[in-house]
Amino acid sequence: MTHKILIVDDEPNIVLSLEFLMKREGFQVAVAADGEAALEQVRAFDPDLVLLDVMMPKKSGYEVCEILRADPARSAMKIVMLTAKGRDMEVAKGLGLGADAYVTKPFSNKALLAEIKQLLGEG
Amino acid sequence: MPARYRFILAILVLGGLVTGPFLVTSTLVWMEMNPGQRAQLKELIVPHLPMGALLTALGFALGLAVVRTLFRQYVQGLLRMAEHLRLMLGANRDFRVSVEDGPPEVQQVARAINDLAAQRDALMADVEAQIARAKASVEEEKNRLAALMSELAQAVVVCNLDGRILLYNNRARLEFHALAQGPTSVASGALIGLGRSIFSIIDKSRLAHAEETIRRRLERGLSANVAHFITTTASGQFLRVQMVPVLAPGEPEGGARPMTGYVLTVENITRSLEQENARNRALLELTQGNRAALGNMRAAIETLQDYPDMQASERERFIQVVAEEVGRMSRQLEATAQRFADATKTRWPLEDVSADDLIKAAQRRIEALFALPSKIEALEDNLWVRADSFALIFAMTFLAGRLVDHYEIRELRFRGLSEGQLAYLDLIWSGHAMSSETFYGWEQENMQVGQEHSPVSLREVLDRHGGEIWYQREKAAHRAYFRFVLPLAQAVPEAAQLPASAQEGRPEYYDFDLFNFQAAGVDLDRNLMDMAYTVFDTETTGLEPAKGDEIIQIGAARIVNGRLLRQEFFDQLVDPQRPLRPESIPIHGITEEMLRGKPSIDVVLPAFHAFCNETVLVAHNAAFDMRFLQLKEARTGVKFSQPVLDTLLLSAVIHPHQESHRLDVIAERLGVRIVGRHNALGDAYATGEVFLKMIPLLAEKGIHTLRQALEASQKTYFARVKY
Repeated sequence: MTHKILIVDDEPNIVLSLEFLMKREGFQVAVAADGEAALEQVRAFDPDLVLLDVMMPKKSGYEVCEILRADPARSAMKIVMLTAKGRDMEVAKGLGLGADAYVTKPFSNKALLAEIKQLLGEG
Repeated sequence: MPARYRFILAILVLGGLVTGPFLVTSTLVWMEMNPGQRAQLKELIVPHLPMGALLTALGFALGLAVVRTLFRQYVQGLLRMAEHLRLMLGANRDFRVSVEDGPPEVQQVARAINDLAAQRDALMADVEAQIARAKASVEEEKNRLAALMSELAQAVVVCNLDGRILLYNNRARLEFHALAQGPTSVASGALIGLGRSIFSIIDKSRLAHAEETIRRRLERGLSANVAHFITTTASGQFLRVQMVPVLAPGEPEGGARPMTGYVLTVENITRSLEQENARNRALLELTQGNRAALGNMRAAIETLQDYPDMQASERERFIQVVAEEVGRMSRQLEATAQRFADATKTRWPLEDVSADDLIKAAQRRIEALFALPSKIEALEDNLWVRADSFALIFAMTFLAGRLVDHYEIRELRFRGLSEGQLAYLDLIWSGHAMSSETFYGWEQENMQVGQEHSPVSLREVLDRHGGEIWYQREKAAHRAYFRFVLPLAQAVPEAAQLPASAQEGRPEYYDFDLFNFQAAGVDLDRNLMDMAYTVFDTETTGLEPAKGDEIIQIGAARIVNGRLLRQEFFDQLVDPQRPLRPESIPIHGITEEMLRGKPSIDVVLPAFHAFCNETVLVAHNAAFDMRFLQLKEARTGVKFSQPVLDTLLLSAVIHPHQESHRLDVIAERLGVRIVGRHNALGDAYATGEVFLKMIPLLAEKGIHTLRQALEASQKTYFARVKY
């Protein structure tokens, strides 16, 4: 069974790489460009894992994470925060709000893939 | 009974004594006789009666002379002496009782009295000399302190615990003068002044908090009894303030010496803070902005490397990404490099605070404000954070208040933990879950606790700390909490008490009576000498305010504690927005040209009103100046409601029989030299000097309080003549 990954980021330049990467690795991929679109896509697409950027228009990644985690039906869904905010505080906040992993930009594709696969139980 | 009556009584008694025994004896003998014997006696006595009467009269006259002499010497002489003694006690200390007059006994009393007087004079002279010496040494100390303070490059202000300014240096005057915004900047030192409240410059609650922090440290016996904080002024300037306590002199009674006031050193760091902020922004842009760009590039390049089999069109798009991101990074770097100034490193001052203190202070506030019970659930030992404790406690109280208002929580719990380099302070409650939107709203808005408004939001407070906050649920326990994340500080070991010898080293310059000074508001029943006054004068375009004459100059100075403070003055030209009368120009010497570009009365009056705050107004012929001020009340909304004393009326109270009560005539009468008359400030100074001379003269008339002075003024003839 192929896992479904939702990529949430407002920067097309990173979305391009992530989308290509995930598709090549055999995942089913959907993309959202802001927080509200992300919540819609979660409902529609029902992903197994969300790659979530923190700084986005409309709703921040923190908010999206919090809302997703408040929904008990989706407790199995993995959330990976993917952000340029790299201070201890923000990492602590992301994890505190229920993210499964917090990856700081720039990251290595390989490391990210390894992290994702491990979270999805593929690795 | 007056002496005269006693004299008459003595005479009557003497008369009785001279005639009484004879008459009584005769009457008794007469009663015992039978008619025959009586006739015989009549025959025998009657021829001798004239001689008897004559001798009796002689005896009486002799007695009278004796009594009179005694009365004059002892009674009247002593009365005279008593008057002289009164004189010696009061008006004329050098007067002496004459020792030549009177009988020897009285002379002896007089000699003893003179000896006593001599002894008293010697004692008084001695006391006066001692007072003079003490005064001189105090004066010298004061001067030395003043010299020391004025040399300092830092603004220094000394206040008592009521926040009244007792001392300030020139630098402080300049600093606060520059601070004064808008209209008040027209007045030199309008904000700062002896006896004025520091709270008009620095937020009262911040000062109270710093005071509390110091007290706590004193109680704990910590050696660093200094509190630092940064505060914003009404005009949006940032002040870095250091507070050092002034402790009561003498031996400590059971622990720490009580605090009687504080010394503030104040530094305006608005500029450096702005620079710092710009620098921080630049740094953040550089790191975060570049992180994103770098991330995009790296992902693209790695994809290119790892999937060499991709189609040409796909490859083209990835290369395009790299090119774009390189361009973006370069531009960002360039922009940041340009903005990156060589600002000195200024940071929001965070102090090392024990989480225990912080949480307990928050608990106290929360319990006091909202009657919300709270408890510390868990607290790591020796947990210290780097924080602006005031802002943080405010933030906690704010959140607690919100929870009470919106979720009606019944108990709040605190938790303090650490993890790595971070400290977690949690506010925990059980009950309803809140929506994250609500919390994001709370994060962004300016905080408010009861009537106290903070200019910053929760978000900003945490940004200042380099901290974070979030809302989290503990589903299993049906609870939720706010988690404050703060940088951990090194635990501060409790310092041992300083040895007594180290404390002796500091010179103590505060043993003059400054700390007992009070200037709280205007109280009609306070002694005239103890009040704060604003003496002022105006120059006008003419004498008829009702017909459109306007103020063109206001000059004022303050009197505090019986001293005219010449350096705390208000001196402002005012554009009357109408032409001057040519005939008035020679009087006040102000020309149209001088008034060009000056502020209008709408701007000046509020500033002047602020200058007069909490003082009694004093002016010469005050009715005239007050009419000008009052005519502007409706338009400017500024009301001068404080009591007004008029030196013209007071002069009439003191010297009702003098013809002239013009300012220069009074000044001459009271020995005051006037410099620069018909300049508002010069006249205000003169009025002030004259007023100070009047206070003791009023006291001689039994006028001691403001109320008495106002009543006496009203009763004078001049007061009844309406201007």
